[in-house]
Amino acid sequence: MENIGSLAILLAFCFAIYSIAASLAGKWAKRPFLVLSGERAVYCVWALLSTAAGVLIYSLISGDYRMTYVWAHSNHAMPTIYKFASWWGGQEGSLLFWSWLLATYSGVVVYRSRRRFRDMMPYVTSVLMATQAFFLILVAFVAKPFNVLEEGRLIVNVGDGQGLNPLLQYWTMVIHPPMLYLGYVGFTVPFAFAIASLITKQPGEEWIKTTRRWTLVTWLFQTTGILLGAGWAYAVLGWGGYWGWDPVENASLLPWITATAFLHSVMMQEKKGMMKVWNIVLVSTTFFLCIFGTMLTRSGVVNSVHAFAQSSIGTYFSTFLAMGIAGTVFLILSRLNYLKSEAQLESVLSRESTFLFNNLILLASCFAVLWGTLFPVISEAVTGEKITVDAPFFNRVEIPIAMFLLLLTGVGPLIAWRKSSFESLKKAFTWPLVSGVAVAAGLAALGVHHIYALVSFLLCTFVAVTVFMEFVKGANAIRQKSGTNLATAMVELTHRNTRRYGGYLVHMGIVIMFIGFTGKAFDKDTTVEVNPNSALKIGAYQLRVGSVEEGQNEDYQWSRLPVDVTKNGEDLGTLEPEHRVYLAQKQPTSEVAIRRNLNEDVYLNFAGMSADGQRAVLQAYVFPLVTWIWIGYWVVFMGTLICLTPSKSRLIWARTQVVGVAEKHADVQN
Amino acid sequence: MNKYIKFGLPIAAILGTLGWLAAGGISDTKTYYKSIAELNQMGPQAQDKRLRVGGDVAPNSITREGRDVKFVLMQDQLRLPVVYSGIDPLPDTFKDGAQALADGKLGTDGVFRASKIQAKCASKYEAAPSSAKPVNPNS
Repeated sequence: MENIGSLAILLAFCFAIYSIAASLAGKWAKRPFLVLSGERAVYCVWALLSTAAGVLIYSLISGDYRMTYVWAHSNHAMPTIYKFASWWGGQEGSLLFWSWLLATYSGVVVYRSRRRFRDMMPYVTSVLMATQAFFLILVAFVAKPFNVLEEGRLIVNVGDGQGLNPLLQYWTMVIHPPMLYLGYVGFTVPFAFAIASLITKQPGEEWIKTTRRWTLVTWLFQTTGILLGAGWAYAVLGWGGYWGWDPVENASLLPWITATAFLHSVMMQEKKGMMKVWNIVLVSTTFFLCIFGTMLTRSGVVNSVHAFAQSSIGTYFSTFLAMGIAGTVFLILSRLNYLKSEAQLESVLSRESTFLFNNLILLASCFAVLWGTLFPVISEAVTGEKITVDAPFFNRVEIPIAMFLLLLTGVGPLIAWRKSSFESLKKAFTWPLVSGVAVAAGLAALGVHHIYALVSFLLCTFVAVTVFMEFVKGANAIRQKSGTNLATAMVELTHRNTRRYGGYLVHMGIVIMFIGFTGKAFDKDTTVEVNPNSALKIGAYQLRVGSVEEGQNEDYQWSRLPVDVTKNGEDLGTLEPEHRVYLAQKQPTSEVAIRRNLNEDVYLNFAGMSADGQRAVLQAYVFPLVTWIWIGYWVVFMGTLICLTPSKSRLIWARTQVVGVAEKHADVQN
Repeated sequence: MNKYIKFGLPIAAILGTLGWLAAGGISDTKTYYKSIAELNQMGPQAQDKRLRVGGDVAPNSITREGRDVKFVLMQDQLRLPVVYSGIDPLPDTFKDGAQALADGKLGTDGVFRASKIQAKCASKYEAAPSSAKPVNPNS
């Protein structure tokens, strides 16, 4: 079996190389059949990698403990779903997973775009397959998933494996890594299109539309992945947080930030033909940050709670990154003439300038995160001393940045293109500003004195009101014409311009998430050693602790501490935080118990018994507003889906309106 | 006003503010990464800097006293007593023999006062390649 897997990977590598060669040779020698064979090779790569992945999954599920990977990441006691998830539970498997996803994406791209972008496709295929070849070098020669355990020259079959780390045995393990990977890997596609457009000197905007859609889809995956990771940390790791500015978390945030910047600045290119160079730079940066992020998680360059085994893999990644970046920079410089802007910035008070500032701020935030993450590496290189910066550094820099972004989220969509007058600004922003200040003043009067919290709530209200007003304004216009009710009119409005109103909905989701983040300012916590059958108090809650129950199943030993929660005499039920010791790994884990509610979560962690074994150590927290983060995510999700739905009327008004190009008058697409 | 100045001023103001915040953030939170051996060589100046010390948790050294957790970090023969009195619960991976990172300051009594502990499971999230010695069931 393992021979089939290894062989499939080797063949896939050969096919990837062939695909690059055939595509390029076919393009240059004008031999369509060669190009076609290059595209077919992409399907072959997918089929071969699927075979390899199938072999690995089969071995994991059937428990073939002759194989090193299976032995190290799976065992009998694990539920089948986690045996499957072990595919991406370790270095070798997750690299294979990366390759397989890229092959899948490549297949879809080739299938969907093979007729539309005839002249670009050979280059798109080459870029995709070059990336693929790089990962296959790793899978085929460096981190091989199909090694077998051997002793001397004999293959040994051990009875059982070590099993997946218990912290990973949680349902999000099944979807969080795939989501993040779909995000990471997906950004290869926009990059491939950007490079191909540079090489072929694409004049039109057709490719940028395709790229925008791809970016939006991968952006959604990345967002989902990041949020799932946050939810996982919150519900499993028992420290009560959802974000710790850990290098690995940062690595997933970096490409997300640049992709967000791209999704905004791409509108400048579509509508006004501006920022062309910048957009290429953003797409490329996003791609390289994805590779960089994979490298951070794989090579142990910086210390992290997550970091995987230290390995030599970092050198390969650095080489690939250096070659890729050098090639991209050269290509951009040699094509500068074709990327001239069609319009100029006119006024600071204009839509264009809010996009500019949006990008500036996003990039600054990306840079700050990168700087903080790499600070140990940089400081060691410069001063010889390894210095790390921690969460306080990131919070200090990123909170003001986030506030400013929130402000732009409110201001940007309402400000006019080209130039805006103070009069129109006053009209658009009076109500949002008044409501924001009113909310902040009200909260201050109620005893909230945390300055960032007040600013955040002010801005959240400000943005929410602007978004709401936009919907009402548009819906009213429809209602006057057709006479439907407001709700129907809003649906109609959204359907007419899905990108715009879907985008507003995404903004709304971000606002809701920010309300949740701001709740962090009001956390309460206590750690106590309690005797069984005693009571304690946190915030407005009374906790009555019962006595410890114990038991064991084939996977782990558990002890459970039932705690009755009441608030002002009202019974809120029993929470049962659990402490487990996994048998195979002899590792303790905590299963926290959370009572989720819109206003605040009660979060209990049973940290084991005290030294004398008589009392239980209970950590109790109250986390205000955390649920809003997850609600906000769903709004972002819905909004993005709406953005991806085609609008009802496909008239391109915006471009004709702003640029006023006569020949493009109400140009109907298709 | 010149267009470059009009756009340049706010951009410079934003970047300046962020740079200032970042510089302040770094100087206030920077933590020197030291091994126990390096810590011993630092002498008295070890007491004024914020430090992050890495090592293995000595077996059977973890004791709890109220909210404080005491343990000993080991690096080869060197030992460093640590008291943790932070708010956050200790990670589940924190146990005997685990690799741990303690953030805090060294007291004059030679006890390291940690405000934050990070731990990696002895086998990390991934079995270290060197530890992957197969066991022969027949032997």
